[in-house]
Amino acid sequence: MSNTILIEKDKKNTGKEKPAAKRGKYAKGAEITGAQAVVEALIAENVTDFFGYPGGAIMPIYDALYDYMDTLNHVLVRHEQGSIHAAQGYARTSGEVGVVFATSGPGATNLVTGLADAQIDSTPVVCITGQVFASLLGTDAFQETDVINITAPITKWNYQITDATEIPAVLAKAFYIARSGRPGPVLVDITKNAQVQKFTYPGYKLCNHIRSYRPKPNIREEYIKEAADLINAAERPFVIFGQGVILGKAEKEFQHFIEKGGLPAAWTVLGLSALPTDHELNVGMLGMHGNYGPNVLTNECDVLIAVGMRFDDRVTGRLDKYARQAKVIHLDIDPAEIDKNVQSTVPVWGDCKETLPLLTALIWQKQHTEWLQRFKEMRKQEEEVVINDELNPQGEIMTMGEVIRVLNEICGGDAVIVTDVGQHQMVTCRYAKFNHSKSNVTSGGLGTMGFALPAAIGAKFGAPDREVVAIIGDGGFQMTLQELGTIMQTGIKVKIIILNNNFLGMVRQWQQLFNDRRYSFVNITSPDFVTLAKAYDIEATSISKREHLKAAIETMMNHDGAYLLEVIVGKENNVFPMVPQGCGVAEIRLK
Amino acid sequence: MKQEYTITVYTENHIGLLNRIAIMFSRRKINIESLNTSPSEIEGIHRFTIVINEAEDVVKKLVRQIEKQVEVLKAYYNTNDEIVWQQLALYKMSTDKVIADVKVERLLRKYGARAVVIRKDYTVFETTGHREEIDKLTEVLGSLGLIEFVRSARVAIINASSGFYEKLQEFEAEKPGEEIVENEFLDKQDEVFSM
Repeated sequence: MSNTILIEKDKKNTGKEKPAAKRGKYAKGAEITGAQAVVEALIAENVTDFFGYPGGAIMPIYDALYDYMDTLNHVLVRHEQGSIHAAQGYARTSGEVGVVFATSGPGATNLVTGLADAQIDSTPVVCITGQVFASLLGTDAFQETDVINITAPITKWNYQITDATEIPAVLAKAFYIARSGRPGPVLVDITKNAQVQKFTYPGYKLCNHIRSYRPKPNIREEYIKEAADLINAAERPFVIFGQGVILGKAEKEFQHFIEKGGLPAAWTVLGLSALPTDHELNVGMLGMHGNYGPNVLTNECDVLIAVGMRFDDRVTGRLDKYARQAKVIHLDIDPAEIDKNVQSTVPVWGDCKETLPLLTALIWQKQHTEWLQRFKEMRKQEEEVVINDELNPQGEIMTMGEVIRVLNEICGGDAVIVTDVGQHQMVTCRYAKFNHSKSNVTSGGLGTMGFALPAAIGAKFGAPDREVVAIIGDGGFQMTLQELGTIMQTGIKVKIIILNNNFLGMVRQWQQLFNDRRYSFVNITSPDFVTLAKAYDIEATSISKREHLKAAIETMMNHDGAYLLEVIVGKENNVFPMVPQGCGVAEIRLK
Repeated sequence: MKQEYTITVYTENHIGLLNRIAIMFSRRKINIESLNTSPSEIEGIHRFTIVINEAEDVVKKLVRQIEKQVEVLKAYYNTNDEIVWQQLALYKMSTDKVIADVKVERLLRKYGARAVVIRKDYTVFETTGHREEIDKLTEVLGSLGLIEFVRSARVAIINASSGFYEKLQEFEAEKPGEEIVENEFLDKQDEVFSM
């Protein structure tokens, strides 16, 4: 790899400096190629870091990129799936659009999982894929795939460019659609002839309006008023919030809202970190493996206020047993989410950055001491039955929870934590401490194993001055471990903890509880992770004893560079509490 | 309760949009009974008319998802008594049969069918109406030497609609974006540099 990128990298890692209004190389009126126009678009959209993998059909764009090595940081991944997960991680921690380059055919199809993930988790990503020459479309040409149709259901928007003159306007539209309203992934497929075609550059005009697209529904004052009346009359109000608060950059507005109303608030997995963990009104996690109080009391509150969340089935359990007694106020930017799963009493359409302050202005300053006390009591019950044993186990074998506890003690809640999917994800979300928003990166809706390692790389590029710790299971790590190569090449300083229980733990837990311990293909063997990391020139250690845990995590955090720590944890530990499938939230099991 | 709903969708004229809309039905395993795309009262804006048999709750959610598509301006759903609709059918019959059998002529007259083409060997009739009427005619003609039959999709006018101009003006209130040239290039295949 070139030295210029390494130097650039060091600069990045010491603090993120966005080059203000970087100038492109070409002015309006210049004769340039389509490929050059693509790269100019990135500059105009203020893209600094992005992820990709070259190939035949995108070669002209990579050729154009060669002239921009000093202004754009392209990260070469090891698999296209890694590039899109990295872009997702980047978008989550930076709050900006993640960008991906991939070639046609297999390059583009390898993006499919990431696109589906970004679509369901509303992550702003722009993917630019190469495509065969327009004259070859539909001829089964080498590396030709119908990417537009494959990705239609998993993109917010996609478009195929066959003429260079379309490039500036389409890319401006792509970035605008990806980041506005409810964000999502956009894919732009560019045929090779358009990349090499010369045209007179019209300049780059940012897009801010599409006639048929309404990113934000109009706010209806009467609903705000109705919602405020309900909240003011409530005796047991309960706020549940999701990623909408983070995507709307409305953390402050949200905090003012719950503080004024004295409203206890619980989060979905993707809403995690929007409100500091130790905020007195933060009562914990919702859903299948969420906290006891928030789940049980969902069915006892009189007014349920949902902010920027979509009542996913992992949150609600059985819908006919979900908050039937409550009046429901639903704040969401996406009108299609209102009444989709849970019928709302008052729908508050709009961007919560705008609706929350309007609502806060109308609600009364209040305390709900007794009601809040109920959450605290249930928290105590949960501590006695579940949490204490998980965080400070008496047994010899380590638990996942205690690893997170020690990590909390060392990082103090300031790190970005990236998780994969499975037991370790639920344990981390339950116990990790967060002081800052945009700190929890995980695959929530799609549940993509293999997400964490590449996402952590992207997360670090998106927040270079913060510590990024990836927590991954032994199964998920083996799905995308090739990205260790990306870490090696870029020198990106991510910390990786593998919680190894020698099982595909979540499936095993279900097989134990519901399939009579018939452990069908969940017994997974792993390579020697330490040797593996060292092969990629990454420092690594493996521990299995409690007395080494603290020192090992300290060593990892103090190490100047990437680090992999494998922690051997209990083979057959389960995540509790749990709302079994087909049960209502109030039927949550503590053991 | 399932019943017939007519969904009307106003869209931009964009390649791939038909697929984007169609897969929203197939994803939910909903069968499309009839689908028509046509220009609308406004130049450059297309109108989809889609008929499905579903419960209102499902239709309502589906319409919201359709409306979420970037290129969709607006989507409506209506029951049959809220719309005026027609379908067109063409019937090809043997001319000899038509001349020989008085019953055929009587039937065609009864259903308001008109001859479009009359040749020595065959005659083509057309009729417009609701599906049930067309189906009935098809059924009886079937036994009288029907050679070919085809029925078009439903087209429907919403009783309560005052047209789309007003809505469009609302959408265009903000400053309009730059026009995007649609796949112009595909028309000039010969000029394309190829491998």
